Amino acid sequence: MTDTHTQPDHAATPAFPGTGHPMVRIEDVHKRYGNLEVLKGINLEVESGEVVCIIGASGSGKTTLLRCINFLETYESGRIYVDNELVGYRERDGRLIPAREKDIARVRAETAMVFQQFNLFPHMTALANVAFGPIKVRSVARDEANRKARELLARVGLSDKADIYPVQLSGGQQQRVAIARALAMEPKVMLFDEVTSALDPELVGEVLAVMEDLAASHGVTMIVVTHEMMFAREAADRVVFMDDGIIVEEGRPEEIIGNPRSNRLRAFLRRFHTA
Amino acid sequence: MNPVIEEFPLLLQGVAVTLQISVLVIISGSIFGLFGGLGLLYGPSWLRALLRGYVDIVRGLPLLITIFIIFYIPPALDIEVSGFAAVTVALSIFAGAHISEIVRGAVASVSRGQNDAAKALGLTFWPRIWNVILPQALPAIIPPWTNTAVEMVKGSSLAYLVSVSELLFQTYKVVGRTGAAMPLYIAAALLYFAINLALSRAGVLLERRIRYTT
Repeated sequence: MTDTHTQPDHAATPAFPGTGHPMVRIEDVHKRYGNLEVLKGINLEVESGEVVCIIGASGSGKTTLLRCINFLETYESGRIYVDNELVGYRERDGRLIPAREKDIARVRAETAMVFQQFNLFPHMTALANVAFGPIKVRSVARDEANRKARELLARVGLSDKADIYPVQLSGGQQQRVAIARALAMEPKVMLFDEVTSALDPELVGEVLAVMEDLAASHGVTMIVVTHEMMFAREAADRVVFMDDGIIVEEGRPEEIIGNPRSNRLRAFLRRFHTA
Repeated sequence: MNPVIEEFPLLLQGVAVTLQISVLVIISGSIFGLFGGLGLLYGPSWLRALLRGYVDIVRGLPLLITIFIIFYIPPALDIEVSGFAAVTVALSIFAGAHISEIVRGAVASVSRGQNDAAKALGLTFWPRIWNVILPQALPAIIPPWTNTAVEMVKGSSLAYLVSVSELLFQTYKVVGRTGAAMPLYIAAALLYFAINLALSRAGVLLERRIRYTT
């Protein structure tokens, strides 16, 4: 698709104009479910405007990591920062104590998520779904929110579905509404959790097209957990491969997908028969 | 038929009291039930344990015993309780326990992804409950809630045992005076039936109004 970077090939993190600090910083994050450690020390930085794809087998921890970024999952140790703000906790004497609900909510408003199961609100129309966040969380006036919601629905190709309820939409359409709903919050970071995995194959393309469009504009930082290798290859600035709770390899898509170094990554990619 | 027509105004006085009790009970029971159900699901563990205990105990006792407990124990502690108050409080506690379970079950059945999506947008707890979760739980709450409301109207007839002049007690007194048992009890039955039919119909209308699926 589009690849307008002109950095030298060995650069793992392309430089983006921005705030001077990484938009997302994940430092030595550990997480366990009971006795099972699912994140075993993750270190990752994502620059503002960067598009990062996280790939890996199910159980590798990639979805858990994504959900830690907006604190839908807690983490036991390490730090996650979104735009230099610590996520989910306050720091006191070097220890993590749970943050207040409104602080967590504030960070979440800056990180929008698109889910594998869409999770549209079934009792609201598509328009109402998209306008809901700005109205309730950003206190935008209803008319203004509705106007911008219509623009976003048009942007994802669904202007004629504004007054339709989710139950009447196809999976691909619902997912595009979900993307519009996330965009309506004007987030600093967009988190995509295997957003095409639950779709019939013929509907995957329309959703990926919207995402490629977003990625090309580089207006928003995107962290995409996906199995769609073609998308990762064409739209990502960087690909991260996770396995068994750690990051095994990361780098530019053509290196990671085209020229995998570790055996684990090679074994993983073999399943996709990528060229 | 004559005694019924002559005594009808007295029966209607009883209906008024029955309605007073019923309205108070349904409203307060619903409020207890809403917060009870949410507390059972989302509260801190001490609250959940407390509510669990309350719900299990109240649902395990016959309604009459609950009424008697509230009517006879406070005077032993020098607190005066009228029959009307005892019945209303007891029925409210009873309704609250039932509605807590109804709300708990209905809210728990709303898919977890809905809460995730609402959290991800940046909503705090009460806005999530009010805007996203409760609207989706309502279709599962209203039918059993209507049922509970009807049971409370019927339960209000136990008030006659603590000398509250609701419909049943009124009927009983009139029967005592006129001796026309059959027609009068049938009239009372029809009045109860009318109240409960109205309640059930209201429930069905409510169900239809909140329907959002085609």
